[in-house]
Amino acid sequence: MKNLAAIDAGPESLLMIKDLEVHFAARAGLLTALFSKAPAVVRAVDGISLTMAQGEILCLAGESGSGKTTAGKAVLRLVEPTGGEVYFAGEDVRSFRQARLRAFRQQAQIIFQDPYESLNPRQTVFAAVAEPLEVNGICRSLAEKEERVAEALQDAGLSNPRELFIRYPHELSGGQRQRLAIASALVLKPRFIVADEPVSMLDLSIRAGILKLMVDLREAKTISYLFITHDLSLAWQVSDRIAVMYLGKVVELGSADQVIKTPLHPYTRALVSVIPVPRRRDAREKTLLKGETPDPVNIPSGCRFQPRCPRVQPRCRTEVPPYIEIERGRYAACHYVG
Amino acid sequence: MKLLEVTNLTTYYKLREGDVRACENISLALGRGEALGLVGESASGKTTAALSLVKLLPDNASVKSGSIKLDGREIAGAPEEELRRIRWKEISIIFQGAMNALNPVRSVGEQIVEALKIHEQVTEKEAWRQTRALFEKVEIDPKRVKEYPHEFSGGMRQRVMIAMAVACNPKVVIGDEPTTALDVMVQAQVLQLLEQLRREREMGLILITHDLSVVGETCDQVAVMYAGKIVESGPTETVFGKPAHPYTRALIAAFPDIEGKRSLAVSIPGNPPNLLYPPTGCRFHERCAYAAKVCREEEPLMLHLAEKHISACHILNGRVKH
Repeated sequence: MKNLAAIDAGPESLLMIKDLEVHFAARAGLLTALFSKAPAVVRAVDGISLTMAQGEILCLAGESGSGKTTAGKAVLRLVEPTGGEVYFAGEDVRSFRQARLRAFRQQAQIIFQDPYESLNPRQTVFAAVAEPLEVNGICRSLAEKEERVAEALQDAGLSNPRELFIRYPHELSGGQRQRLAIASALVLKPRFIVADEPVSMLDLSIRAGILKLMVDLREAKTISYLFITHDLSLAWQVSDRIAVMYLGKVVELGSADQVIKTPLHPYTRALVSVIPVPRRRDAREKTLLKGETPDPVNIPSGCRFQPRCPRVQPRCRTEVPPYIEIERGRYAACHYVG
Repeated sequence: MKLLEVTNLTTYYKLREGDVRACENISLALGRGEALGLVGESASGKTTAALSLVKLLPDNASVKSGSIKLDGREIAGAPEEELRRIRWKEISIIFQGAMNALNPVRSVGEQIVEALKIHEQVTEKEAWRQTRALFEKVEIDPKRVKEYPHEFSGGMRQRVMIAMAVACNPKVVIGDEPTTALDVMVQAQVLQLLEQLRREREMGLILITHDLSVVGETCDQVAVMYAGKIVESGPTETVFGKPAHPYTRALIAAFPDIEGKRSLAVSIPGNPPNLLYPPTGCRFHERCAYAAKVCREEEPLMLHLAEKHISACHILNGRVKH
C-alpha cells in the first residue's frame, strides 16, 4: 500500500470536491402537493469537501441513506450537483458541456454494484465492452476494436479473452461478470473510477480476487478510485484513506488504519465496534446504535448524529459541529473530539 | 436426546442432463437453544440442505435418503400434511430477501395473523394481539402492523420476517443469509435480536451464511460445506482456532480481520464445481493448494480430530504432505 505522506493531496491532486451538494425535491403525495407551500427537500449530499491525489484509493463509507452513492455519481455528473464545486485535474467539472463532458467521461468511469443489472443480458461480452468505444467514436477498424476489447478483458483478469467474445453474461460466473463490468470501464483507459459497492454481491471467496485486481490496476495504470461501500472492513483493506459519511455529510476522514484502529467520531466508533471478527466478543465491546439512519428530508438539528449518539450532550442538539482537522490529515465533525 | 439430528441427508435436483448432487450425506446435530452455522460459498448446497429439512424444495428436487429426527421423531419422508404442521410451528425459516418473501399487497400484520390463525387456532382478535406483541419483541412500533412491506426499510423488513418466523414459538429457526443484504449496524442489530430470542425461547438456530465472520460471534457449532458435502465441523472456537481443512482455512483467510494487520484478504482460486459432474476423489481438489494424486482418486473419510471436531481431508490422515 502507498504511504500516506505521498497522498496529502497537494497541487497535483486529481480530484477536488468543495462543499458538494445534491438536493432533490421529495416526491410528494397529491394532498401534500396541493396544500403545502414548498415541496420537501431531500438533502442527499449536504456539503462535502474532499481531495484525491493521483493514484489514490479513497473510500466513501457509510450506511444506506448516507449519500455516498449520490456523491459518487455527482462527481461524474451522472446526477447534477445542486451546489459546490468539483475540479478534475484542475478543471471545473460543473462547467463542462457536450464534447468536453464526453471527454471527461472517458477519463472518469463508474462500476456498479450489481453486474446482473448493469450488463445487458442480450449483449455479448464483445458488444458490452466495445460499446463505449463505439459511443465515443474510438477505433475505426474492427480489428482495432477487437484488439482494444481483448486488451481490456485481459486487464480485467479474464484469460483467453477472444474466446469470451461471443459469450453472454448469463454464461459467466458472478466473479467473471464483475470482471466484465470492470473491462467495459477499462476499455476507455480511464484515470479515475467510481466503484460503487463493486464486490458486495459476490461471495467472500471471490471478492478478494476482484479487489486485488483493482488495486493492481491502480499500480499498473495509475487509476484512482473513489471506492463506495457500506463495509468498513472492506474499505480498510483496499483504500489509502477512508471518509465516513452520515446523512449527507462526511463525519470523519483519515488513513484507513487511523479510521479503523483509532476511530474518533462516535458514529465511526460504533460502526467499527460491530464489524464481525473471528472470535466471540463480549457484548460490552460493541456499541449497538438504536434505529436506522433518519430520512434525509428531516435532518435533525445541531449535529445530525445526535439523536442516535451514545455520547450526546445538550450542546449537540443545537450547535452544528464544525468539520475540522484534528491532527495532520485527520478530520472529524464532533464537538467532543480532539 | 438432541433437538434436531440429521443423518446422511442426500438431496438431488433432476435436470435433463442428469442429477445435480447438491447435497450429499449431510449429518448435523443441534441441541436445544444452540446455534449452528452452516457455511459455504454460493452453490455449496447449504440452502438445499436446510430446505430439505422441511421439504421446501423446487419440484425437480428429491430427498434421496437420510434421517431427520426432530425431538426424536423421524420426519424424513413424512407426508405433506404433517410437514405443513411442522413448518412454522416447529421449524421455521427466515429468508434472505425479505422483499421477495413477504406478500407485497397485504399488510405485514395480516400475514402474521394468518399464520397464527392457521397454526395456533386462535381467534382473529387474539392473533392481532399476539402480532402486536411480536412487533414489540422485534422492536418495531406495534402501530405499524397495518403497513405494507414496501413501507419498511430493509432492516425493518428483516425484523418482520423474524417476527413471523418466531410467531408460533418454533423449536428450530433456520436463517438463510438473514443479514447478507444489510448494513453492518443493522446486521449487528438483527443478529443481536436473533441471539436474544434464541436464549429467551430456547430455540435452536441454524444460520446459513457465506460469511464466516458472522458465525464467529453467533454460533456455538459450525459446519463448513463445500460442493454438497460437509468438509469440517465442530465447536466454533475450535474450527476458527485450529481449522483442519484447507477449504476452511481458505474461507477464514478470505475475510478481513480488522484486529490484524492491514492486507488484502486472500481469494480462493477457481469456482465451485458443477455438481452435475462432481469432481472425483475429494471434491475440493481442483482448488486445493495441497492436492496430490490420492486427492483426485479417493474420497477422504471423515476423521474425528477432537471432541466433536471432524474433518475429511487426506492431509489429516497423513496421506498427503502439508
